[in-house]
Amino acid sequence: MLKNFIRTGTIAAIVATLGVSGAHAQSFKAENPQCIAPSNPGGGWDFICRTTAKFLFDLKVIEDSMQVTNMSGGGGGVAFAHVTKERNEDNNLIVAASMSTSARIAQGIYEGATQDDVHFLATFGAEYGAIAVQSDSKYETLTQMMDDIKADPRSVGIAGGSSVGSFDHIKPMLVAQKAGLEDVTQLKYVSFDGGGEAMTGLLSGATEALSGDFSEMLGFMESGDVRIIAILAPERLKKFPDIPTAKEQGYDVVGANWRGLYMPAGASDEAKEFWSNAIQTMVADEGFQKTLEDAAMAPFNNFGDDMYQFVAGSIEDVTKLSKEIGIID
Amino acid sequence: MEILSLLAGGFAVALTPENLFLALMGCFLGTLMGALPGLGPANGVAILIPIAFSLGLGPTPSLILLTSVYYGAMYGGRISSILLNIPGDEPAMMTCLDGYPMAQQGKAGEALSLSGIASFVGAFVATCGLVVLAPQLVKIALLFGPAEYFVLFTVAFATLGGITSTNQAKSAFAAALGLGIAMIGSDSQTGSQRFTFDHIHLYDGIDFLIAIVGLFALSEVFIFLEQHKGSAAVSSGPPKIGRILPDLKILKRCVPSISRGTALGFFSGVLPGAGASLGSFLAYSLEKQTVDRKGETFGKGDPRGVAAPEAGNNAASGGALVPMLALGVPGSGTTAVLLAVLLQLNITPGPLLFTKNPDVVWGLIAALFIGNFMLLAMNIPLVGLFTRVLLIPTRILMPVVAMISFVGIYSITGSTFDVMLMVGFGVAGWILRKLDVPLVPVILGILLGNQMEVNLRRAMTISDGDWLTLVGSPLAIILWIIAIAGFVLPMIYGRRMRARMESSRQDDEFVGD
Repeated sequence: MLKNFIRTGTIAAIVATLGVSGAHAQSFKAENPQCIAPSNPGGGWDFICRTTAKFLFDLKVIEDSMQVTNMSGGGGGVAFAHVTKERNEDNNLIVAASMSTSARIAQGIYEGATQDDVHFLATFGAEYGAIAVQSDSKYETLTQMMDDIKADPRSVGIAGGSSVGSFDHIKPMLVAQKAGLEDVTQLKYVSFDGGGEAMTGLLSGATEALSGDFSEMLGFMESGDVRIIAILAPERLKKFPDIPTAKEQGYDVVGANWRGLYMPAGASDEAKEFWSNAIQTMVADEGFQKTLEDAAMAPFNNFGDDMYQFVAGSIEDVTKLSKEIGIID
Repeated sequence: MEILSLLAGGFAVALTPENLFLALMGCFLGTLMGALPGLGPANGVAILIPIAFSLGLGPTPSLILLTSVYYGAMYGGRISSILLNIPGDEPAMMTCLDGYPMAQQGKAGEALSLSGIASFVGAFVATCGLVVLAPQLVKIALLFGPAEYFVLFTVAFATLGGITSTNQAKSAFAAALGLGIAMIGSDSQTGSQRFTFDHIHLYDGIDFLIAIVGLFALSEVFIFLEQHKGSAAVSSGPPKIGRILPDLKILKRCVPSISRGTALGFFSGVLPGAGASLGSFLAYSLEKQTVDRKGETFGKGDPRGVAAPEAGNNAASGGALVPMLALGVPGSGTTAVLLAVLLQLNITPGPLLFTKNPDVVWGLIAALFIGNFMLLAMNIPLVGLFTRVLLIPTRILMPVVAMISFVGIYSITGSTFDVMLMVGFGVAGWILRKLDVPLVPVILGILLGNQMEVNLRRAMTISDGDWLTLVGSPLAIILWIIAIAGFVLPMIYGRRMRARMESSRQDDEFVGD
């Protein structure tokens, strides 16, 4: 899923050149721009909108401040339907998106929606998945846990912050599949409302393990409450060299939750270019990169055609996976 | 002692003229927003976030502004409950039950100031609790696994009879109705749709506020329409406001109620899965079972029925900050918004917050103390002003109530579908009132149904379908005992009091209309 992963340095260079071409595209000017976060305040999508709104205004890319609207429901489906059905030609609207957006399109959760119903603008960051246990757990390594799961898939409860079939669920399924478990749907996945609640599920001892995003576990790892036994990244993170990857323990699984934005498909080409350039300017900003880093996200950038290919690939991957593990027919 | 010096540091941060001004602004705006149905604390804080950022405020001033709004809204919620029988926000629902009857008896001023004092005590004690006990409390919250949460919600339903004991069957029917409505929407465990009929607006279930505003406020308007049928006659002469401050005797009588309400509220606030609404609910039903077993005064304008839930919900709002700060788990909608603010200020709540960002934490806590005092000082003198609302003739007030309901609901989601739904709930509320079916259990079912179901299913998944897990820990067993006692005791007492009830049963009204 991470074939388009590009290092920050390269991106800065690309953006610098694009910044020039961006100067031509001034035929469009944003007026009363709006960012829809398809969730309640406080989640990842909300973070995308509020961060984007802040940086675009601070960097003077937009003159009016950007209004952030929370439109929760249907795992983002309400906002998706709102954009495609009622605001399809709105040039001043952007919507927060992530891995969940493409995964839900793939699994058909957004009622017949396809990638082309909206215009995917960009990704600007990604967060790796990780698997954690309580710090006094008997599991020191992922291998130990997988051995137990292979012997009895119901012996290890895994908490996750989202519904059955979501990315939090798919990640441990993939690892178990690599470990040689035949029926991965046997895995005992316990669904909670959000990563925070899932963490209390682990800490209260209700479950043995937690599958989630790395950033959600960071504070609890530093305080010594949990141990992260595997991060689902291609290689160890520079800032956290002590955390082993799943790959080096023999399970070649990379789980990256990208963060980005989409906008109405019917918007004008000038508007699409304007917003794409706007996000590239934001990505080039050091302060923004610092914000990403503080949120434990890695830079992960796709724009224009790359973005289209990336989302298409991501949807294809999830469709294939969901079929393999029997979530969709 | 270390805590005191840290707190002093916090006050040093908070007590600048700029911050005091922000706190004042926040308290005022919060009270206003809390009083408007639909605009609850969560919306209030969310609306002010962009303002805080566009003013270029630093972390601590932003937090001071936003927490003042938070506490202010928790205070404000009671105003419309008491004066109009419309809960300004979810936790203020229980305040309607005795607050509105008090207002009708000409004791609106007393009800408002008494609830103001109760709110102050609840919030003050909860903030102290936050200072001293935050790390320990987190450990208690972690004792609650899915099974324990399920039993906790069972306690809420089992004690329901205590609140609306006039006709158990009708209460049960109402609760079932509420639970049924709660089932609408995406199943959060599997993501599959239930009773949504492919209608996208139903995917996320029915917003609690739509139900509450429809059932309580709009049905009130309908009842008014029905009773007056176009004639503009105001029946009972000019309404009385009564005295503004309660006399000491009443205040004294309410002290135990306030203390019990505070303790219960704070505790449910600390539990991330429970929250302020459960806090005020448990405070009210416990209070009723303790001081009014025979069901004679509660629901008919007992000051204690105002004091207990108000102390409870304000204590819960302080308690909810404990898991938010120490675990990063918001216990309520509002704390979820505050969490988002913290994240945006590059402060990550979690076990390390108290050591990593002591200035922010203690500044925040000091701000809570300041805001709380300010709210008390602001609210008591304003009681006189608020009560003027009652001088407005009903034929003018009712259209205003309808207008506020429509605007309030539309402002939450900006969807006309929700407005229609609210009208539907209004009609349903009117019918239910005609049939003498209590409305509180309906609301409770909608409010707690999903959490209860989800926790039961989690417990079942974890135990692989073994029901014994529900009595698998000492804590769960204690909670079961409370639930069973709460359910059975009123029945035993019920026999004795039924005789009395029969004689005093002229009109058994539930919502206090």
